[in-house]
Amino acid sequence: MSTGAAAAPDLEVSAVTKRFAAHVAVNEVSFSVARGSFFSILGPSGCGKTTLLRMIAGFIQPDGGGIAIGGRDMRNVPPNKRPVNMVFQHLALFPMMSVGENVAFGLARRGVGRAERTRRAEAMLERVGLAGAASKRTDELSGGQRQRVAIARSLVLEPTLLLLDEPLGALDLKLREHMKVELKQLQSAFGTTFVYITHDQSEALVLSDRVGVMNHGRFEQLGSPQELYYSPATSFVAGFVGANNRLTGTVLAQDGALVEFDAGGGLHLRVRANAAFTRGAAVDAFIRPEAMTLARTPAELPPGQSALSGEVTDMLFDGANSVVLLREAHSRRELRIALPQTGAFADLRAGARICFGFDPGRAICFPGTHG
Amino acid sequence: MAETAAGALWYRRLVLALLLAPALLWLLALIVLPHFDLALLSFRARVAPREYVASLAQYRSFFGEPLYWHVFVRTALLSAFATALTLLVAFPIAWIIAKLARGRMSALLFVVCLIPFWVSETVRTLGWMILLRESGVLPALLVHLGITAQPVELLYHDATILVGLVYTSLLFMVVPLVGSLESLDNSLIEAAYDLGGKGWPILRTIVIPHAAPGITAGCIVVFMLTLGNYLTPTLLGGKNSLWFTEQIYAQFITRFNWEQGAAFGFLLLALSTAMVWLGLKASGQRFSDVMRRV
Ligand SMILES: Nc1ncnc2c1ncn2[C@@H]1O[C@H](COP(=O)(O)OP(=O)(O)OP(=O)(O)O)[C@@H](O)[C@H]1O
Ligand SMILES: [Mg+2]
Repeated sequence: MSTGAAAAPDLEVSAVTKRFAAHVAVNEVSFSVARGSFFSILGPSGCGKTTLLRMIAGFIQPDGGGIAIGGRDMRNVPPNKRPVNMVFQHLALFPMMSVGENVAFGLARRGVGRAERTRRAEAMLERVGLAGAASKRTDELSGGQRQRVAIARSLVLEPTLLLLDEPLGALDLKLREHMKVELKQLQSAFGTTFVYITHDQSEALVLSDRVGVMNHGRFEQLGSPQELYYSPATSFVAGFVGANNRLTGTVLAQDGALVEFDAGGGLHLRVRANAAFTRGAAVDAFIRPEAMTLARTPAELPPGQSALSGEVTDMLFDGANSVVLLREAHSRRELRIALPQTGAFADLRAGARICFGFDPGRAICFPGTHG
Repeated sequence: MAETAAGALWYRRLVLALLLAPALLWLLALIVLPHFDLALLSFRARVAPREYVASLAQYRSFFGEPLYWHVFVRTALLSAFATALTLLVAFPIAWIIAKLARGRMSALLFVVCLIPFWVSETVRTLGWMILLRESGVLPALLVHLGITAQPVELLYHDATILVGLVYTSLLFMVVPLVGSLESLDNSLIEAAYDLGGKGWPILRTIVIPHAAPGITAGCIVVFMLTLGNYLTPTLLGGKNSLWFTEQIYAQFITRFNWEQGAAFGFLLLALSTAMVWLGLKASGQRFSDVMRRV
């Protein structure tokens, strides 16, 4: 984790724009990445993540804005001259070469002698836990091992910056969970600055020091995983990062930091506001599943929470992540509420009536995007 | 139950045999039978009118007469050279079709390579002659531009033969090359570039190893076609062409020495087989992999 203001950022992207014909794929994106940190770009498919990464790597030229790596402006510097290496979306290991030759490829291009590059490639393979795999063919490796070869192939060149384009996308869920942890460990062991692309918000939250949330070619918010989760800046971020209940409605009144709105069917809710609202304005409110409390009777709710009620439609058991789906009595909206770890409500069945409440300070609302 | 299963199997085999029958008949009638007869011919010598004995005289005379085996070696070398030239010319074209051109453009380029085959080989070669002969278009143009004082004869040189051979062979090299280059994942090239590679090292370490089966397939086909070509060397090279197929033609048609001609035919067959085998060995390819690319 890097914090020092003294350390110059390894990557400085300022107002970078890229257009494909009329379509603006990347729109005035700016951010900087501190030395040795793990930065993620998180966004849905097609939002321009790969385009942004390819501009950093040098495969495409931005139409506007500038990119500096390690303090050096990268305009007109071709990819093979940039102190940056990339782990491709589908890894792009060279099938015509052995694992060792793959890792030694970059060293060979730099004119490192055969004996020296074999030694360094083997040392690197050992560091990523693939000791003795140098003579294997790439298709003899498992998905996770191929992943590590792709990273080793880049890291052996000691780049200032390692770019990773959804490197876990092709792996199955179990392996992905495992590689996530491994990637984080590799990054802290090597201390290399990582810029990581993903559309999986949990990957971004777990791995990153900082995350840029991207949508339609723009950065919606830039911050630590905690900031994104607890204080999303836009309605998109609130909906995209972490599980959330989205409720739309119209504003009834604003009282300082709290807004009261009508969610339909006479259901009035009070939530934290991040802007000034006028009466009658459209509003998008978000309440996290774990911010809501279940209760058998209204009296059991924590003081200060207004009691709501609903009918259980489903129980989704998933160990510590179990949730109950219920339909709120007035608005008929479906809500997802986390079950307490104590197992207190494990006996709930579909059709049961239940009370619930939430702390208005832990819910947030934004100007509505709906009609 | 078992009976019907066996019946179905028998029926399937019959259908397969019937479907393959025309091809098998064609192979037997047009390739195996004549070659069998030619083999017999090549191993006999005429001692008196209509009187023959088994003998190796035909093969002995090939090695005994320098002209014969000189032409033989010359044909082999020039064919190999023409194949290499075709590869050099075809590779950039195939690269453009497979990697750079999009949609219609790449189809258009393919058609351009196909155009030479819309006219018959004879007409095509005669076209070259009109362009290149002393009183032809190109020498006149050279004089007009002041490059040469007198019209020069551009026909009847080895270089002319090579140009003609490369021109007729191009398509047969481009097709397998495009196939093998199209299957090369662009991100491999980008990765190599990203890891510090430049043009030639990437070509040598990534592109050529990937395209090797296609390159070998193209080279085999072009070499065989060139070695066995008769019209192009004869028309463009004239008397000086000294192409081995011409010797075979002369033995059969001019000299009416079928025994000698048959022996020459077999020597040419042996040569192309040997060269293909050598090419496969040298490039480390398997014949079945390569033939899938043609
Ligand atoms: N070479 C190109 N020509 C035209 N349009 C392009 C080109 N490359 C990307 N685009 C467009 O730009 C947009 C962003 O593409 P990009 O590949 O950056 O998305 P992404 O965020 O990486 O998506 P994914 O998660 O699916 O990989 C897309 O709408 C895409 O169609
Ligand atoms: Mg992408």
